[in-house]
Amino acid sequence: MSQQPGTSGLIFNEPQLWDKSRKGRCAMSLPKLDVERVELDKTLTGDPPDLPQLFELDVVRHYTRLSQWNFGVDSGMYPLGSCTMKYNPKTNEVQAARQGFASAHPLSGDEFSQGALELMFNLEQYLAQITGFDAVTLQPAAGAHGELAGMLMIHAYHAKNGKQRSKILIPDTAHGTNPASATLCGYESINIKSGPDGILEPGTIAAVMDEDTAGIMVTNPNTVGFFESNIKKIAEIVHSKGGLVYGDGANMNAIMGIVKPGEIGIDVLHLNLHKTFSTPHGGGGPGSGPVAVVKALEPFLPIPRIKKELDTYKFITDCQDTIGRIHTYYGHFGIMVRAYSYILSMGAKGLEDASKLAVLNANYVKESLKGTLNLPYDKPCMHECVFNDKFQNKYHITTMDMAKRLLDYGFHPPTVYFPLVVDGAFMVEPTETESKEYIDQFIHAVKAIAKEAKTNPEKLKKAPHLTKVTRLDEVSAARKPCLCG
Amino acid sequence: MRYLPHTKEDIESMLKVTGHTSLDELFNCIPDDLKTKEGIDIPESLSEWELNSHMEALASLNIACKDYKCFIGAGSYDHYIPAIIPYLISRSEFMTAYTPYQPEISQGTLQGIYEFQTMVTQLLGMDIATASHYDCGTALAEAALIALRKNRKANKIAVSSLTHPSHRQIIQTYIRPAGYEMVEVPYTKDGLTDLKAFEAMDDIAGIAVQSPNFFGNIEDLKAFKTIADSKKILFITSFTEALAYGLLKNPGYFGADIVAGEGQSLGIAKSFGGPGLGLLAGTKKQMRNLPGRLIGKTTDANGDEGFVLTLATREQHIRREKASSNICSNNGLNAMTAAMYLATIGKIGIREISQQNHDKAAYLKNCLEKAGFKPGFNTPFFNEFVMKVPKGFAKKRAALIHKSCIFAGMSLESFYPELKTHYLFCATETISKDDIDQLVKEVQ
Amino acid sequence: MKEIDDLNLPDNVKYSKDHEWAKQEGAIVSIGINDYAQDQLGEIVFVELPEVGDTFEEGDEFGSVESVKAVSEIYLPIGGEIVEINDALEDAPELVNDSCYDKGWLVKVKPEDDSQIGDLMNKAAYLAMLKG
Repeated sequence: MSQQPGTSGLIFNEPQLWDKSRKGRCAMSLPKLDVERVELDKTLTGDPPDLPQLFELDVVRHYTRLSQWNFGVDSGMYPLGSCTMKYNPKTNEVQAARQGFASAHPLSGDEFSQGALELMFNLEQYLAQITGFDAVTLQPAAGAHGELAGMLMIHAYHAKNGKQRSKILIPDTAHGTNPASATLCGYESINIKSGPDGILEPGTIAAVMDEDTAGIMVTNPNTVGFFESNIKKIAEIVHSKGGLVYGDGANMNAIMGIVKPGEIGIDVLHLNLHKTFSTPHGGGGPGSGPVAVVKALEPFLPIPRIKKELDTYKFITDCQDTIGRIHTYYGHFGIMVRAYSYILSMGAKGLEDASKLAVLNANYVKESLKGTLNLPYDKPCMHECVFNDKFQNKYHITTMDMAKRLLDYGFHPPTVYFPLVVDGAFMVEPTETESKEYIDQFIHAVKAIAKEAKTNPEKLKKAPHLTKVTRLDEVSAARKPCLCG
Repeated sequence: MRYLPHTKEDIESMLKVTGHTSLDELFNCIPDDLKTKEGIDIPESLSEWELNSHMEALASLNIACKDYKCFIGAGSYDHYIPAIIPYLISRSEFMTAYTPYQPEISQGTLQGIYEFQTMVTQLLGMDIATASHYDCGTALAEAALIALRKNRKANKIAVSSLTHPSHRQIIQTYIRPAGYEMVEVPYTKDGLTDLKAFEAMDDIAGIAVQSPNFFGNIEDLKAFKTIADSKKILFITSFTEALAYGLLKNPGYFGADIVAGEGQSLGIAKSFGGPGLGLLAGTKKQMRNLPGRLIGKTTDANGDEGFVLTLATREQHIRREKASSNICSNNGLNAMTAAMYLATIGKIGIREISQQNHDKAAYLKNCLEKAGFKPGFNTPFFNEFVMKVPKGFAKKRAALIHKSCIFAGMSLESFYPELKTHYLFCATETISKDDIDQLVKEVQ
Repeated sequence: MKEIDDLNLPDNVKYSKDHEWAKQEGAIVSIGINDYAQDQLGEIVFVELPEVGDTFEEGDEFGSVESVKAVSEIYLPIGGEIVEINDALEDAPELVNDSCYDKGWLVKVKPEDDSQIGDLMNKAAYLAMLKG
């Protein structure tokens, strides 16, 4: 594997669907009508939507060509920090496609849905075990939706205690979804600065935590890739003022089997099944964002909840203090099947090994690339490490230039310009499913690019060179939005 | 474990680089008292063979493992999924990609979703459609929040009582913490939202009406638009059956400001209720108010056409606490599925399939009437309708499930206690005349 | 980005600490963002403005200016009623970059207190502030 994976190949042009459309074509096998045609009143019916008219091979070729312009985990290494782009096992897809799951109607009744209910019940138990919490809801449809559910529970908890609070503490390393979720609950975000070594200091929290503050939202490990080792002390400070600790579990992949967030003072935590538990990202979703809580918050979980009585499972909705419903049915069941399949395939030891190897891979990248890229915090990291473009700035090369050049080498770039606390951040999360050979190729590519930054900066500024399109004009796209054809 | 590539030698040589002597040492930055003393108590890992047996055993506990006939819709519909859809959507370049933040290597997702946005605007007659939301319920809650935030005077939103019951609950959950209120507009004896009751409502920021409504009936959206305009409030419509708009006049025709809908009917498996596909569309005026990702067309440095995520300043990762929504991941892959479905079915197919849905439902209703069932309402419907059932029906229905895996409708009692003896029936193009005849024979 | 000495800072307008400018034209005051602000923001893609008739106090947020990846609030340097907004910016937000003191003006205000404009900085004072 001495060659870099990136190369050029034949790329097809493909027009938009309607450019291929010819009147009279249809790619669908239309069923024969075996009952009488019944026309609705003409005042109710309209012209059919002007959808493209294609034949079957048109559709197949269109989407095959489009797919070839994309890059996925199956194409190559995707070290996108904070997004945990690990391998998505194919057996998970087979399990979710089983007729008994895929064709299940959500309202066919508990009696006829025992398989789905048992799977969900078990998954709740497993996630509670992995995180060290007392109860879990699987209903949230994505990480941000889980965050919203968690914050709504904190809101409901304070309301139940008779006095609503007005503020929430959010560290400067937080995901953007954190303040947005807090706002939806009517809380004002108070920005907390992390300390010089990239983690929160108890003194900073103690100085601002008061009885009008609902709690704190902490991502642990945080987005700079460090474990918040003061978390227990911070939780004590927040709890002593009657506040609650929200845990953003997007980075749970680093600590499975090592730390259980429920044991270290966190009260409510969301997970991303599409990060830690290997379900595919699908070009943006669908994900799933289960939420785990301590006993005191269990009454506030969204409905319906699942209960086991003897050997049967049922949905229950009579929960007086619930925040209510947040999804039309029970959440993204199809994603739950995939995550359940993953957990059973891995077992406890497999999950723990995954975390250890994720952390090993990140530290290996960090040690191998420091010196090539600037490392703002030089200390052991968890599952991701954050560099920046300080060394390259003298050649007028930015993180963006290096990211774009990585495409030519056949790698998806790391997360860039996040977290905001690091200028020009270049955030690498290799994940545990990349082998040493793949990682060495990546390291080699970054080193080669750093060299190019000195010797041929123009090449970087104009990168990428091998992709279907080159850098796109985002300014025109935003000034004169063209959102449909 | 086949997903974990590291050999013993790999681990040793990598630890040498990081300066550690063991994997455990990598976690020295975590204080010992924070580490768990107990392991994870879950079953031992399964081989793929064992996993297959276990999963099939679970799946077979769901009645859906058999070829059951589901005469239930209520927001989740049984439509035929052409073979090319699962085949194409399984392409891992679509499935294993992240959000298209690097447009140069995401043009497949970007053009695909741009085409999706376009076809949704065609289906609904709207100017702009977002790149998807989780489901109709959450999209509708976002729409309600838009109306409430834009209106400085009123803090209430009117929602038809014939909006899907779960959607009404979701709206409550979303708006309550900000101090907003939802008021329900009652329904009439025709199974339609009560226009007069709506007209009499004051101090509301918007109105949300579902059509076809939860009873399957087609609402008079024009009348709602007229009243909404006279009140100078936002007019929101919703739907759970996207294929209805292959046949019916669309919400854009009636002047909806925002449309929230469920796209599960467009080639997506029922999958026990999720993931489905939230659709959110609006007029041009709402462009910057609509939450969720948008794809736009532009050109690259060589002047070639390309696509990018655009108007991102509306979103949480830029606007943070001032963002109107916290949505980040959406249901992108299902949006791509829906695009594939709409491209496959096309202009001709959608009209024929939609019409057949109505034909089958009308035939079912007719047969049930002959068998002694009474129509709940005499109002035009699409592919769902309400019937008052004869005495002893519940027993016959249960027996029919056990005997023939046929689900003869769904009781409305838990959603509308006043409709104790009423059932909601649905028939789609997947139901044959024989299926309907068998159902009717068994329950009469 | 421009060096401070390269900034275009005309003498005939007043400056606020938030990098807006104000220019008295009879009874009305025109408001915009100055060269330093437009240069810092980069290519502006959207300008959100208030409605005619809205009233604001001095220092109130009255809108925002967006680049592709950032949103900046804009603050009114003097209190008063909005009597006109620059409609041209809806289709051509780039005017703020290209002509920030002329075609890229944002709003015209009828001041509630004519003395407020006098409290704003002149070019020299503003430059001194920038240089810190």
